[in-house]
Amino acid sequence: MIRFVLGRIGFYALVAVVLAFFTLPLLWLVTAPFTADPTYEVRVPLPGGGRGDGGTAAFTWDNFRAVLEHPYALPSLYNSVLLSAGTAALVVLLAALAAYALSRVRLPGRDALLYVLLLLSSIITGTAAIVPLFQLAVELDLIDSRLGLVLILTGGLLPAAIFMLKDFMDSTPKSYEESARVFGASPLQIVRHVVVPLVRPGLATIAVWAVANVWGNFLMPYLLLSDVEKQPAAVITYTLYTEGGQANLRLLSTFGLLYSVPVVLMYLFVSKKYGFRFHGGIKR
Amino acid sequence: MAQATSPPDAAPGEDARARRHSTDAAGLGRVRAALFTAPALALIAVFLVFPALWVLYLGLTTYRLTGADAAEPQFVGLDNFVEALWDPAFWDSTWLTVEFVLGSAVVGQVGLGFTIAWLLRDRRGPLKRLVEGLVILAWILPSAVVSFLWVALLDRDSGTLNALLGIPGFPWLLDHPMLSIVVFNTWRGTAFSMMLYGAALGNVPPSHLESARLAGATGWQQLRDVVFPHIKGHVLTNLLLISLWTFNDFTPFMLTAGGPDGRSEVLAVHVYKVAVQSGELGYGAALSTIILLINLVVAVFYLRLLRSKR
Repeated sequence: MIRFVLGRIGFYALVAVVLAFFTLPLLWLVTAPFTADPTYEVRVPLPGGGRGDGGTAAFTWDNFRAVLEHPYALPSLYNSVLLSAGTAALVVLLAALAAYALSRVRLPGRDALLYVLLLLSSIITGTAAIVPLFQLAVELDLIDSRLGLVLILTGGLLPAAIFMLKDFMDSTPKSYEESARVFGASPLQIVRHVVVPLVRPGLATIAVWAVANVWGNFLMPYLLLSDVEKQPAAVITYTLYTEGGQANLRLLSTFGLLYSVPVVLMYLFVSKKYGFRFHGGIKR
Repeated sequence: MAQATSPPDAAPGEDARARRHSTDAAGLGRVRAALFTAPALALIAVFLVFPALWVLYLGLTTYRLTGADAAEPQFVGLDNFVEALWDPAFWDSTWLTVEFVLGSAVVGQVGLGFTIAWLLRDRRGPLKRLVEGLVILAWILPSAVVSFLWVALLDRDSGTLNALLGIPGFPWLLDHPMLSIVVFNTWRGTAFSMMLYGAALGNVPPSHLESARLAGATGWQQLRDVVFPHIKGHVLTNLLLISLWTFNDFTPFMLTAGGPDGRSEVLAVHVYKVAVQSGELGYGAALSTIILLINLVVAVFYLRLLRSKR
């Protein structure tokens, strides 16, 4: 009995520590945009607050007005949507086809190929390949092209997406496909009507993962888009950070919040509708 | 049950047709399978494999962002590599990267991710959703935003951490830059490990745990003898992925910019400083090649461990 009680206490203490660790950094993001003249300090925005008493600050919507008036803030969010939706769609489609084929048909050198590509992608998507990617984009006339950026980002995300989806596909039962085949369905029909519904949570997870990746990607758009009207929110955030050598905390906190809300909503929607998980995990 | 659902490896002497039928359930055939993989492979070839090979070539030249070497880079063979291996800054950076990967990925993310998954394994309901939601939030928020949140959290004069600890003026990012980015990256990346272990723990048959408990095994013994053998494959794959991701992560730059005095200049940041800020593109490419080789060694190490478990 005592062991049970101690176990419960230990459990809740650990959970409380975990919750505190993950909540603490987020407090600033949900308070600063609503406070007049925000600093790095977390203060609770209250109407009439901030009169010398510690911990509160005057509540205001002015910061949001300032962001709305900024010429590139809202358009950059639209650019982010275009880039991440385009990349996610392409990644999910191409990765699903490839992962299915690799999961069901034994191609020579399949596993070695997957690991080599995975290895390459984790390095090349970082800072290592910025020089050749820039030169390639110049040669192919893809500078300032959203499509070009989408293709480059897709190429970088595909190996990990295929890797994760293949494990997902490996763990789905094959009996449905076999019976569909007995009834005369073609392979493409089987993929569309049998396999896709089975792995939908996996596809949703990969889509969210791809969107979150592109949504936060700073380096590639910074490198490949010089037209400020095409730049996504990640690059615009950076310009707010360095404006006049000092961070503009009003714009930065408020724009940061607006920039974060779409990914959070997307995650909530997808996790409610499809479940956000690695079905059966990653094996081998 | 990881093993039961995956296709059995080719057993010698087994009838080849029966084996094909058991894996190729939709009757795809090799030609269609190749067609299915072709578009993905084409994009990967152009935008991933080609730049990688180009990096290998640039590493052998004196290519620079500006000056005479920008127009006509000289081919210098392995000079850049020799220079890197004699450069103390490179070794400092490598050592910091090892610390960063071991601290934030192997200990931080795996440890915390597994702990959370283990704590919440039999739970349903709002507490589980809240914890998982917050951990995943840290993972999906844009890095430009989270790095700034941590700058605010760790700020020496009005940051939340110093206010809570009652030590105003303590400069975390200056006095403990490595600790700061290790804890930051743990916070940032735990979600992946947590979700992976959550799924893996679901694969451990409850009957095995039950019988271990009836036999009087302690929690630790259950973990070691029942759970771990079942999820060993997941642990190694997870370690492989997050080690590589962390090794090449550029986000620490946004917190400390590699400083002070290069004390948090991990290799990804070092390459950026050499290639972009100093404009030494050839030398930077050689550093990238070395990073690629180190990653290859890490990957082969994990894959050997994976193979030896079977």
